[in-house]
Amino acid sequence: MISDLINHKIFTLLKVQYSNMLEYRVEIALWAISGIIPFFMLNIWTNNNLNESINISDIMLSRYFLCAFFVRQFSVVWVVFSFEEDSLMGKVSPYLIQPLNPFFRYFAQHLAEQITRFPFAIIIAFFFFIFNPESIWVPNIGILFLSIISTFLSFLIQFLIQSIVACLCFWTEKASSIERLLFIPTLFLSGLLAPVVSFPDYVKSWIYLTPFPYLIDFPANLLSGNAINVSGGLSMQILWILLLFPAFKKIWSEGTKKYTAMGS
Amino acid sequence: MTLRKYFKVYSKFLHTSLASELEYKTNILIDLITAILSLIGSIFLLSIFFQNAGSIRGWDFEQALIIQGIYTILNGITNTWFNPNLTEIVKHVREGTLDFVLLKPIDSQFFISLKKIAPSGFLEIILGFCLLLYCIKINQINLNLSFLTLCFITIICSICILYSLWFFISTTTIWFVKTWNATEVLRSFLYIGRFPLNSFSFSLRIFFSVFIPIAFITTIPSEAFLGLSQLWKILLEVFVAMVFLFTSRKFWVFALKFYSSASS
Repeated sequence: MISDLINHKIFTLLKVQYSNMLEYRVEIALWAISGIIPFFMLNIWTNNNLNESINISDIMLSRYFLCAFFVRQFSVVWVVFSFEEDSLMGKVSPYLIQPLNPFFRYFAQHLAEQITRFPFAIIIAFFFFIFNPESIWVPNIGILFLSIISTFLSFLIQFLIQSIVACLCFWTEKASSIERLLFIPTLFLSGLLAPVVSFPDYVKSWIYLTPFPYLIDFPANLLSGNAINVSGGLSMQILWILLLFPAFKKIWSEGTKKYTAMGS
Repeated sequence: MTLRKYFKVYSKFLHTSLASELEYKTNILIDLITAILSLIGSIFLLSIFFQNAGSIRGWDFEQALIIQGIYTILNGITNTWFNPNLTEIVKHVREGTLDFVLLKPIDSQFFISLKKIAPSGFLEIILGFCLLLYCIKINQINLNLSFLTLCFITIICSICILYSLWFFISTTTIWFVKTWNATEVLRSFLYIGRFPLNSFSFSLRIFFSVFIPIAFITTIPSEAFLGLSQLWKILLEVFVAMVFLFTSRKFWVFALKFYSSASS
């Protein structure tokens, strides 16, 4: 009965948000295009033969960056910006009255946006293969399944981190600047611009203890068929989720106690 | 007479927007940390590219740092002036407040482009200058008047091109209403400006000098800094900057003909 209700709620939310997102197709297409930085990086790597020193062939590197592009497309999170706007405009108050945590709404928004984004990402990949026909490959079903899971876990980690930052809106007005701060290590350490194997040893020694390489580098390596420790990576992702989730619940309950609606 | 009026109006703009921005003091501190981390991150990325290669297409690490310095200054200028103002156009068009701007007895482009200022971008500009000074020291560039004027001219031209690009894209809002993602696409393309143009493959080089002249924005000023630049390149940049400024102005006037006010 209860699970039925939850299913119903989630389904309705998704449906509403999906039709909402479909309204903004051009916008989402532009978002997808703005994610093509990995391809420029690939161009620098292969055009100057820099990948020879890290023992990755041109083909493997191009697959890696294509996968990094895909993983990034399906793990982009912007909940803090939506929540900040809603809380400044006082829209959070009606959400709080509803018997549903407002973050479910944002979560459904993100999922719906990913579904809308999917065809655009496929089109970009299609063009990528036209320019790099030698890098075409078909991952086997098992690998594909695992990498979809790990991409989703990566999305969850980022969603939780941003939700925690978003909850800081209850205390400060501009939480998005903290998010911009956190985005810098995500950009440089996650493997979006350079695969983590190419990092110097003094960085590699500690980076695997942080969540960053599990955001893009791990799922992208998994999907592109590079040798990696699958179970280790997945368990680290789950571990981070298990660590972040209670932190989010804590800060959410503290924050809602602190929250005063507009005009009170 | 009119020039004095514009100066007076601009000083008022500065006063009001600084006053409102300084309300968020912790924000500025966070932005400072973000700017520093972002510079460290890009130098880190550059060091990965250079770790096994002495030079990339004739650029040493020390020389490539100059590009980073110039990029940081230009990015600071973008964050201080272009980004806060030109994203505002979207809001003006959507909420119909562009009417009020057009009714004012002052040039609408002037008003829209300079109304706001985000002081946190200053920190980036200062950081960029520090890096440039350091580069001048390690590359043993001797300063003289003609060198300084050349650098000054090229950087001014870069700023003009950058401004025109931003303004161009923001102007398209009048037709498409929601284009803040278009500026995001521009932002991701501008990211290329962190690297010397000749490190890309031939086709991308053509793309980035003809369609989106990112090449002109950072590579030519850096070459001027190193004293490598030929005169024709600098003249070309001046020409391109003038063409861009002129067409962006024309485009704005043209676009305003299609603006049909709110609720009409």
